[in-house]
Amino acid sequence: MSISSSVLDSFNIQSSNELTWNVLPLLHQIKHAIDNLLENNVNEVIDLRSIPLAPGEEDNLLKILGQGEVKAQLNALGPSEILETQFNGVWLITHYNDENEIVSRHIEVTFMPDILFSQKQDIESACQRLNEKLQEKLQEKQVNNTTDSEQDEIH
Amino acid sequence: MIEKKNLKDRTLGEAMQSQGISRRSFLKFCAATASMMALPPSMIPAIAEALEKARKPSVIWLSFQECTGCTESLTRSHTATIENLIFDSISLDYHHTLQAASGEAAEEAREAAMKENWGEYLLVVDGSIPTKDMGYSTIAGISNLDMFLQTAAGAAAIISVGTCAAFGGIPHAHPNPTGAYSVYDIIKMYGNSELDGISSASITNNSGGSVINKPIITVPGCPPIPVVITGVLTHYLTFGTIPELDHLGRPKAFYGQSIHDRCYRRPFYDKGLFAETFDDEGAKKGWCLYKLGCKGPTTYNACATTKWNNGTSFPIESGHPCLGCSEPHFWDGGGFYKALSIPTIDIPTTAVYAAAGAAAAGVALGALNKSKKSNADKKHTNTTIDDLEKE
Repeated sequence: MSISSSVLDSFNIQSSNELTWNVLPLLHQIKHAIDNLLENNVNEVIDLRSIPLAPGEEDNLLKILGQGEVKAQLNALGPSEILETQFNGVWLITHYNDENEIVSRHIEVTFMPDILFSQKQDIESACQRLNEKLQEKLQEKQVNNTTDSEQDEIH
Repeated sequence: MIEKKNLKDRTLGEAMQSQGISRRSFLKFCAATASMMALPPSMIPAIAEALEKARKPSVIWLSFQECTGCTESLTRSHTATIENLIFDSISLDYHHTLQAASGEAAEEAREAAMKENWGEYLLVVDGSIPTKDMGYSTIAGISNLDMFLQTAAGAAAIISVGTCAAFGGIPHAHPNPTGAYSVYDIIKMYGNSELDGISSASITNNSGGSVINKPIITVPGCPPIPVVITGVLTHYLTFGTIPELDHLGRPKAFYGQSIHDRCYRRPFYDKGLFAETFDDEGAKKGWCLYKLGCKGPTTYNACATTKWNNGTSFPIESGHPCLGCSEPHFWDGGGFYKALSIPTIDIPTTAVYAAAGAAAAGVALGALNKSKKSNADKKHTNTTIDDLEKE
């Protein structure tokens, strides 16, 4: 259950369909973004924090978008959740902080969200780390070989 | 000392790398930063590039006639990871509420930061500045006015945090017993030589410098939204410039639109559906709070979109009218529960006939609201205990 709906439940605040005027325009915006992606290969990002949503509207929107085939989780400065919705190419990206509070929520219309790609800088760093690990193993092997040959000589 | 210098000279990108923060984490940080600064998501790559090269600016934070609510708002914002990174990327050299040092050691820290970063540090001020009697508010025996003028002279820019620093706030409210003024007013008066009794030593120091023509960013609100405070600091950190400001010196990214224009209850206003009391059917159905005194139409702030308590809600969503706390003279605005004006036209009918007509009606109502607010301010009378008992 999302934070907003639990708050609504605890305070018995009534939200009705009358309030959900932002959902339909947002769905149209997403439809246009899909067209643009297919025709012009252009990505679009919608920042849900910049839109004045009424209580329950975000939940309604997310319910309509649903969940698709892909669900990925990041652990980078707190968790992040990347979901492909049931509409392929429409992704919901939610970043949390260390205390599991939402710090940003975007809808990305793209073939693959950038945040999922491995970053060149991180790959370079990983390559260096792997190289150090191999050097370490090589040194361990050399030490072991030396010890074995010393023991052979004793025998 | 050398180590400290090296740490200060590191860019944010270098500092993050040394802490083992991955590029992917940095991109997440930039996505949250763009959202926080109310910038379009398409700016994320530009933010990443600029932030990587950003160097730690020195920040001196002065608190004058204030309630510490602005600092509370900022430090209790709870978005620990992101805000910590931002605070790791500035050098907060003086903040008398937060720093460990006290007395002479604290003042030495301020003077050292000023000397080391003369002309380059950011000065953040919360609280208004009393001018009637310098003894009303002092820090380490230095009057607020003297400390402000000394420190402002070497600042690259001044950020007035909270309505008290931005517009005088509650201390400035009628009858303003301490002669409290905002940062902007003090600088304007100093520029016009309207302040008496200020020694020349208090406005210049060894390095010279003047407080006139300093860029001032006002971040009003009682208190301001935490991410708006950090958003302004981050903007400076990211781009090295001050953000685009409105006529009152407020960043347009956060104060560019009225609460009314961004309110999710706005469609009820357009339909002419208003709550008349706090417990009537309209209130229960979430109708517009205009008639209950909502100052949303004349108030510019980001509450309706950024919201409070980590995006949980904002006053109108909780069923209370906007008080207009980010506007000048909000305390003297004629009563929190008095409507700005009662619509004199049938808004739904007008909207049906012509969109242009509805827009014109909106403009007319806006002008009426502003006029009523201004009149209330002029005619302000003191509320007595008797008045309160009558209610």
